[in-house]
Amino acid sequence: MDPADLSIAEAGTRLRAGDLRSVDLLTAVRRRASMTEAILHAYLTIDYDGAMAAAEAADAALTRGEDWGPLHGIPIALKDNLVTRGLETTCSSRILSGWIPPYSATVVERLRRGGAVVVGKTNLDEFAMGSSTENSAYGPTRNPWDPDRVPGGSSGGSAASVAVGSAFAALGSDTGGSIRQPAALCGVVGMKPTYGLVSRYGLIAFASSLDQIGPITRTVADAVTVFEAIAGHDPSDATSYRGAYPDPRADLDLGVAGLRIGVVRELSHDGIEPGVAAAFQATLDALAADGAAISELSLPSTEYALSAYYLIAPAECSANLARFDGVRYGLRLPGESVEQMMSASRRDGFGPEVTRRILLGTYALSAGYYDAFYGQAQKVRTLVIEDFKRAYAEVDVLVIPTSPTTAFAVGAKTADPLSMYLSDVCTIPSNLSGDPAISVPVGLDEAGLPVGFQVLAPALGEAMMFRVAAAVERLAGLDARPAMATSEGAA
Amino acid sequence: MTYEAVIGIETHVELLTRSKMFCGCPTDFGAEPNTNVCPVCLGLPGALPVPNEQAIEWTMSLGLALECVIAPHSVFHRKNYFYADLPKNYQISQFDLPLCTGGHLDVDAGDGPRRVGITRVHLEEDTGKSTHLGGSGRIHDASGALIDFNRSGIPLMEVVTDPDMRTPEEARAYAQELRAIVLALGISDARLEEGSLRFDANVSLRPAGTDTLGTKVEVKNMNSLRSVQRALAFEIERQARVLDSGQPVAQETRHWDEAAGRTESGRSKEESSDYRYFTEPDLVPLVVAPGLLDRLHAGIPELPAARRARYVAVGLEEAAARTLVAGGLAELFDDAVAVGASPRAAANWLTGEITGHLNRTGIEPEALPIDGARLAELLAMVDAAEISATAAKDVLAGVLAGEGSPREVAAGRDLLQISDAGALSAAVDDVLTAHPDEAARIRGGEGRLVGFLVGKVMKATSGKADPKAVDALIRDRTGS
Repeated sequence: MDPADLSIAEAGTRLRAGDLRSVDLLTAVRRRASMTEAILHAYLTIDYDGAMAAAEAADAALTRGEDWGPLHGIPIALKDNLVTRGLETTCSSRILSGWIPPYSATVVERLRRGGAVVVGKTNLDEFAMGSSTENSAYGPTRNPWDPDRVPGGSSGGSAASVAVGSAFAALGSDTGGSIRQPAALCGVVGMKPTYGLVSRYGLIAFASSLDQIGPITRTVADAVTVFEAIAGHDPSDATSYRGAYPDPRADLDLGVAGLRIGVVRELSHDGIEPGVAAAFQATLDALAADGAAISELSLPSTEYALSAYYLIAPAECSANLARFDGVRYGLRLPGESVEQMMSASRRDGFGPEVTRRILLGTYALSAGYYDAFYGQAQKVRTLVIEDFKRAYAEVDVLVIPTSPTTAFAVGAKTADPLSMYLSDVCTIPSNLSGDPAISVPVGLDEAGLPVGFQVLAPALGEAMMFRVAAAVERLAGLDARPAMATSEGAA
Repeated sequence: MTYEAVIGIETHVELLTRSKMFCGCPTDFGAEPNTNVCPVCLGLPGALPVPNEQAIEWTMSLGLALECVIAPHSVFHRKNYFYADLPKNYQISQFDLPLCTGGHLDVDAGDGPRRVGITRVHLEEDTGKSTHLGGSGRIHDASGALIDFNRSGIPLMEVVTDPDMRTPEEARAYAQELRAIVLALGISDARLEEGSLRFDANVSLRPAGTDTLGTKVEVKNMNSLRSVQRALAFEIERQARVLDSGQPVAQETRHWDEAAGRTESGRSKEESSDYRYFTEPDLVPLVVAPGLLDRLHAGIPELPAARRARYVAVGLEEAAARTLVAGGLAELFDDAVAVGASPRAAANWLTGEITGHLNRTGIEPEALPIDGARLAELLAMVDAAEISATAAKDVLAGVLAGEGSPREVAAGRDLLQISDAGALSAAVDDVLTAHPDEAARIRGGEGRLVGFLVGKVMKATSGKADPKAVDALIRDRTGS
């Protein structure tokens, strides 16, 4: 087996057995990238020199008998909205072209301390705004299963790199589904932690109250490993959670017998493609056969979640992106006055989707509109939280498809923002509630495209969520890889 | 027409915390530009704010000192506006849930006490500092600008009054009293000239005896307590002239020009600003922990008004009490009195010679090389006639010049009075011998000549004799 196809757990075992070195893993990842990048464009920046130095250091440490943890020597990719000291960070925006951060995000520091080898920075929709990774100032990322299709977004580069093995795992960020939806469309595992469990320090903010960093991996167990490496209180993030939470790995093998699993009525029928619906139903049947009690319940407020999200997220983004003004870093165009310089730099620096959301958010917060838009949206958010609470009084986890569709064609939705926004209808409620959710690949549709199955749990319920996700993964028994990630595909 | 002025004051107080409001950068004034900075206070992508607990507690302490209600639940908001020295292009501030509301401060400008309502006290972060190059140094004709972000993120407390003041004198008295409270709490160095204390006033006029509100003008750039009074006096007169000429007062911001002695129109606000306030999602609401307010209450020192009242009660004039408290000399006074100095005498020296010394040298009271014990020692030496009142001033000058304790200075400068009875009688006898005629005339009943001979003795002893003792000796010798 090509080392690039190993899970983190398998690679770790072989590293410690002395069969493989970290530099071998990196070389395998590099070979896979050279096979796929010309088509995929998963990466914006690949730092093989830095990665090789880190891999050699990791190997030397293991030889000395030092073990830095389960990510020791594992090549990992980072979404390019995570700041990395000394390594260009662009958010896929022209406005940050060439920006070399003087500091690293907390999650990046934690990965490095845990021995992970940072391969490079992955493509995304500009400032994480989009569901297809087409809104990148540096060109789109393609879907590894069918390059005429999108990989989903906004963490499309991260999902695609993990799917083809140009990274063992990647970090993404999820504001409205940006980890889970591309994971589903690329056939990998993507997880959004409980809000506050992973520090946002060094994540270039899109919508601060919704953003969470999380892992994209090929297995549920690997997702647990990466999650454990990045989670935990960070004094640099005032919204970081300080308390304890159940061990996320402890219940991984317990299965679903006796668990109560709820299907959200509003998010599992209307608008769901037949191929997705079939794979979803097959998984439900398998879970029931394995002893879970499946019921359907209603979360009426989730129908308004999408609308609320598209007021709250743009409102926060309008302020978060105000700092990109040409004064201190990034793109600066000439102007007769400071105002003209700022205005010209921002007009040229931001792409159309980012501009649209800044304008939407600015209106939503304006005097005279605030109550009708932002105020109402916050009320909906409260209702969503209450709906989830009520549901979790009856069931242990909720399940829904991750995305109503499998990967769609490149260009299919770029002309119609609203149709693009609907891609996130099943993922957004968890961001509004702040609860954890994970997407697990469960099958392929008739076109051979992967389908994601989503498990939602109450806040701090990662242990239960991973337990069900691991069972779903076992029951699905999916062993398919994108053709381009195999030696035949490359030939 | 006779008008009444309606004045409200907004005060920005830079807090003296060691680190900034939302990051760990130091706050010291005068560092090389852009050296006290980090990703947070530079507004770099990805950086997040973490609130400074000390700044929050100090704001609550000021709220308690002003008898405000301290909000059990308070929230930071983002105030959105684009400006080159505002690195995030929003300021983290407070909006509808400030830390403190509804207090008051009693001031007296000499025409009786007035209660000034405190609308709110809230906490925010300071901006960077722009320096405009070329032209007059103002933005409109500048050729370029430099920005120093050392100030960016320094905790800034804003104290807003109700429109309760009616005269420039009251406004000044309010500013002075608020400054004294801030100093007493030790939460800011409150230096107007360095900008760590900044007063902006809103002033409007209305016909005397009515209770309508006129169009208000915001007056900025008042860099001393005196300029608060002068600027408002000018502005009130200016508005009265405008109104008398039948024109409306324009709503605008005006800058006080201290040198020219006038306010000048800034750019008038073309439209009212919409700051699009919304809750700062990077911070969690502030909830007052049980017991916190009791602890803060217990930590509030004696406030200026109480201190002045205590001084008046021990016999000081109101003006002296005010000077001691406002001038930062109250600790010295209390220390001197505690070791036995007479309150009135101590106050006289502190408000006279020592205040004069501070004004001449510009040093801070804390840096004085005199403490309460030395001041008390000086006063005791005068009382015991070891030095004359005239010599005492020289002794003090020596102490302030760092020459040592009053006793050391008096000895070193040879200013101790001749207290030895033998030496003094010898000097008196010498003078009587040298002036036999005058001595005879005193014996004959011309008592007014005693003073003449006292003067001669003082001269002969280079002023070191105690004139009272000399007077008594001469009278004794001459039997007058």
